[in-house]
Amino acid sequence: MSTLAVALTGNPNTGKSTIFNELTGARQKIGNWPGVTVDKKVGYTRYKDRAISVVDLPGTYSINARSPEEKIVIDFLMHNKLDLVVDVVDSSNIERNLFLTVQLLEKGIPLLIDLNMQDEAKKRGMKVDAKRIEEIIGMPVVETVGRDSKSREKLLDVFTTTVMERYHITDTIQEHIDNVEALQKSGMPEYMVEEKVIAARYALIDRIMEQAVRFEHVGATQSEKIDSVLANGVLALPIFLVMMYAVFQITFEWIGQPIADALDEFIGGTFTDTVAELLTSWEVADWMQSLILDGVIAGVGGVLTFVPLIFILFFCLSFLDGTGYMARVAFIMDPIMRRVGLTGKGVMPLMMGFGCAVPAIMGARALDSEKDRMTSILVTPFLTCGAKLPIMALFAAMFFPDNAANVVFLMYVIGVVMAIVAAKLLGGTMFKDKGSTFLLELPPYRIPAMKTVLLETWDKGKGYLVKAGTIIFAMSVLIWFLSSYNMDGPAEEMSESFLASMGSAISHLFVLHGFATWESGAAVLSGILAKETVVSTMGILYGIDGEVSTEAEDAVETAEIMLGSSMGTAFTTLSAFAFMIFSQLYTPCATALGTIKKEAGGWKWMGFSALYMFGIAWLVSLVVYQVGRLLGF
Amino acid sequence: MTLKEGKPGMNFTVLSIGDSELKERLMTMGLIPGTKIKVLRSAPLGDPMAIGIRSYNLALRREDAEKIEVQQAG
Repeated sequence: MSTLAVALTGNPNTGKSTIFNELTGARQKIGNWPGVTVDKKVGYTRYKDRAISVVDLPGTYSINARSPEEKIVIDFLMHNKLDLVVDVVDSSNIERNLFLTVQLLEKGIPLLIDLNMQDEAKKRGMKVDAKRIEEIIGMPVVETVGRDSKSREKLLDVFTTTVMERYHITDTIQEHIDNVEALQKSGMPEYMVEEKVIAARYALIDRIMEQAVRFEHVGATQSEKIDSVLANGVLALPIFLVMMYAVFQITFEWIGQPIADALDEFIGGTFTDTVAELLTSWEVADWMQSLILDGVIAGVGGVLTFVPLIFILFFCLSFLDGTGYMARVAFIMDPIMRRVGLTGKGVMPLMMGFGCAVPAIMGARALDSEKDRMTSILVTPFLTCGAKLPIMALFAAMFFPDNAANVVFLMYVIGVVMAIVAAKLLGGTMFKDKGSTFLLELPPYRIPAMKTVLLETWDKGKGYLVKAGTIIFAMSVLIWFLSSYNMDGPAEEMSESFLASMGSAISHLFVLHGFATWESGAAVLSGILAKETVVSTMGILYGIDGEVSTEAEDAVETAEIMLGSSMGTAFTTLSAFAFMIFSQLYTPCATALGTIKKEAGGWKWMGFSALYMFGIAWLVSLVVYQVGRLLGF
Repeated sequence: MTLKEGKPGMNFTVLSIGDSELKERLMTMGLIPGTKIKVLRSAPLGDPMAIGIRSYNLALRREDAEKIEVQQAG
């Protein structure tokens, strides 16, 4: 038998993704819909000897084709031959959910209606009569409770036994469709027709509700009780700050960092030693050994140690998102974010920016208006991502040994302040005439399904692993080559290498910044390829390679080693501070730039982002250095 | 009066929605003339506001709420 083709559609927050993950497990492919930056998720499963493919369409409230998501849903459903279209409905919110259902029926798309979250509806005192809905609409109805293996079997049973041909549009629905058609032919202005059609849909829904849904008792729901603490009054903002503090503690202190340290120790220690021994015993050429050990393992390994940090941060944020709390964050933060030219919904993607700018930039997809999206994309890279942290930690430990933690924190603050200033500037100039809108569903609080949280974490974080395997790998080889060779072949001294000439060319830009050395120039250059390489490049250049750790935790140790080297004298305290500020603010790394090109729509924005950030970094760092000198530092 | 003036706990019936970028989205989300809404809360800084509508909760900014004419009910 051929593969059974199933598509899932439904509103956001209906548990659709959880159903998709339950149905297909890890056997899913996440790609992009052609031409747009919307995730396309396809999964596969087998049931009773039948192969089943499931497409998880983007969650939408309607199919008016106004947003890319809505266009995808309607185009996909109209142009593909599917065996089954499942409309996932949150039973506790059935009224608004039925809007999409009615719209789909108008288009003549046969539906299997999945009344999900039955348990929640019951808790709210709602009695949804599935049989009655089936009678009124004429389409098969199945009841599920979302995260439950029985629901999975139940759905698969229905998938493999229900024959859609048996179902037909009832008179009630036909009457509605005729009504809508009459409105569309009435010759009224288009906006008026649209409004009347919407009213007609809700009139039909009101009738369905009357006949099939009973409210047995109405009281404050659990979510409202929680909201009266988390989204209300004076406590809401302090609670938010505590939550975010906890997320950072978990990531950088309690769980993420210890794992990262262990990984670093393993890669830098045991693993490197083992490979070194093997290479020696195989009598591999010296240059090849150097390439593998100093180039690839040092470079890629340095990046891999950030992976636990980034995954833990994304796990925390995905989990909070799954509970419904992130919607409250958007709610309580909106007025503050608005004042700086962003939107409450932008908090979540910006938070991701402290891990890695790439998924943070992609996260801006969730924002409503073009203005909010573009501003968010362009300011995110100012934040201190996981790869900038070691630069800050190392310099702070070297040049501000008594105040290292405060100086690192100051860099975070400078990043945030610069993001705010840039958002204000962009909002007041380039996107001045574009409006910002805000309409947000506050879904009920839920305990998120672990599988969904994990898959989401993986989805956001895997880009970082790919980056380690591709661009960082290539860059490590390139930097190794550039630092080991010159026009005449292998360079005797690194100061005669390609990298030195390139670094000294670019260092002319920093004459007034106090760090116009070829080493700094080379580090800045390599940082455009990947920020992780700034510290390791400095390490290689100052000849203390191998003892330099890219790990923030080891910064003090590394700092002591480096102070003894020529790096200690290459910078003054002030020029080191200027270099830190420059590193914090300048051009995003190559991967982030690539993401900006994709998400913002073109080379123009990528070029703009690269140049304006370089310009701002150059200027701020210059001012800090010169003012510092005047003040006698 | 408009929804903007709504205080937590107040119940309204929607009379009309003024033209705005959001109008159609608001209607799609179930906010049409005749719909009953309840004001749930304001965000700590007074804006946006959360309303209960058709058994779910929706947050909107006060400047958008100003476009929604309402009548106090029950």
